[in-house]
Amino acid sequence: MADPANANRSAIPLQFENVSLSFGEEPVLKNISFEVKKGESLVVLGAAASGKTVLLKLALGLLRADSGRICVFGKDATEFDEPAWYEIRSRIGVLFQEGGLFDSLTIEENVSYPLRNHRSLHVAPEEIQRRVEESLEFVELGHTLAKFPAELSGGMRRRVGIARAIVTQPDLLIYDSPTAGLDPITANTIIALVVKSRDVRHTTTVMVTHRFQDGEMLSRYYYDPRSAALRPVLTDNGDDGERSSTRYLVLREGEVAFLGTPAELEASTDPYVSKFKRRG
Amino acid sequence: MLDLLKPAVISFQEFLSLTARTIRNLPRKPHYWDDIFIQMDIIGVGGLPVVSLTGFFSGAVMALQMSRALQTYGATSQVGQIVAITLVREMGPVLTALMIAGRNASGMASEIGSMKVTEQIDAMRALGTDPVQKLVKPRLIATAVVLPLLTIIADFLGIVGGWIVACLMLSLTTSAQYWNNSWRALEYNDISQGLLKPFVFAIVIALVGCHYGMSTTGGTQGVGLATTQAMVVASVWVVVLTFIIGRFFVAI
Repeated sequence: MADPANANRSAIPLQFENVSLSFGEEPVLKNISFEVKKGESLVVLGAAASGKTVLLKLALGLLRADSGRICVFGKDATEFDEPAWYEIRSRIGVLFQEGGLFDSLTIEENVSYPLRNHRSLHVAPEEIQRRVEESLEFVELGHTLAKFPAELSGGMRRRVGIARAIVTQPDLLIYDSPTAGLDPITANTIIALVVKSRDVRHTTTVMVTHRFQDGEMLSRYYYDPRSAALRPVLTDNGDDGERSSTRYLVLREGEVAFLGTPAELEASTDPYVSKFKRRG
Repeated sequence: MLDLLKPAVISFQEFLSLTARTIRNLPRKPHYWDDIFIQMDIIGVGGLPVVSLTGFFSGAVMALQMSRALQTYGATSQVGQIVAITLVREMGPVLTALMIAGRNASGMASEIGSMKVTEQIDAMRALGTDPVQKLVKPRLIATAVVLPLLTIIADFLGIVGGWIVACLMLSLTTSAQYWNNSWRALEYNDISQGLLKPFVFAIVIALVGCHYGMSTTGGTQGVGLATTQAMVVASVWVVVLTFIIGRFFVAI
């Protein structure tokens, strides 16, 4: 007999079917359809104001779609009310564009926030402390427990945001422009952490970015726990085996301009899509 | 014309929606007691100096201005009565509410507005907290508890201010007569009106402040606009409501 709990765990983490949304008269997303399978990474590329962040907010239930269907972990969440969304959100880790840290709380309080407030998680106080320290060690910020967000640099705040996103050990990780406004070196550090947090628990990942390099790192590298470093997915003979499960979604003015694998993206001749492939 | 009215109507509709959600959430768990006490401290203890000064000097000014008129009619002994009734019924609740509206409705709007534009409100929802429960409810409860208390303090200090001017500075009447007149002038109707008003004002001040904070858009400029709007709208509501409540009490 099938175990419904396990069936739920193996369900498709995120699925959009013809989702549209307008702000007043202005359409923001038009007939967006895609799905992210378990363990897969989806990189959402797009110019400014193309609807990337709105798409993530719909996936989190922070905005409500005008039409279409949004399924999260196999459940049709389109008509979910706020309490039902809280249950879903407890299984999703999210990094907001600017980190979204609470500036009146310490780093420790920020990172422990989802563990203390998601009512469906039920984590013991001593376990909370252990997990917070573990998550902050993961992003190499174990020494910042008592500091406030304003005392940290932009890159460090983003790392704390990642620690807060992974502290609940979520089944789906969502990153909204994790490298926006950061210098290239810090940006690479952040993406390395995104890859690491994806591969340590094989977590399904959705990342919005405007930098093609971020997507490339996500698709071309994996985290090797033995050497504790990122390794390229491609072997000498060009075989990427089963490791690379990254797909790209390119948004153009609220519409899907491209959806496919990294190889298909490379081969695309669409002028808008090609703009994102210019490196450097 | 309709286009001009549309934003105001939408804003009022959102205000009513927030009010309904907050009232619905009042008995629901979780109750963030820490936040409620922090807000009580910010509004109550923080607002005490300005409310005390306003109350004291409004009573003093009232006695000063009344002195000439009362001398004309030879009724200087009634100064305590006039100061007490005016303060308890009208000036105490309104001036205290205006001070708290200026200080805290704007403070709530700017604090919540800053959280809104830096995605902290979205983060709160994504991390398992209802912002109405966590931010609006504590502010509403704290203001509703603290504003009537501040009003009582302002009323008392206003009567003290009137006593200093009437008895110590202008010698209009004796201290015993002033306090006796003040005390005896007040009826249950005055006291209930004087306590109902700050309670109603508190609800409006807290909800207007939170509403403008929650509907902030457009970065730091939007926060500034929300702050100003919250203070202006809350203050206008205070003076409109004092008339409506006063009219109701006069009718009965």
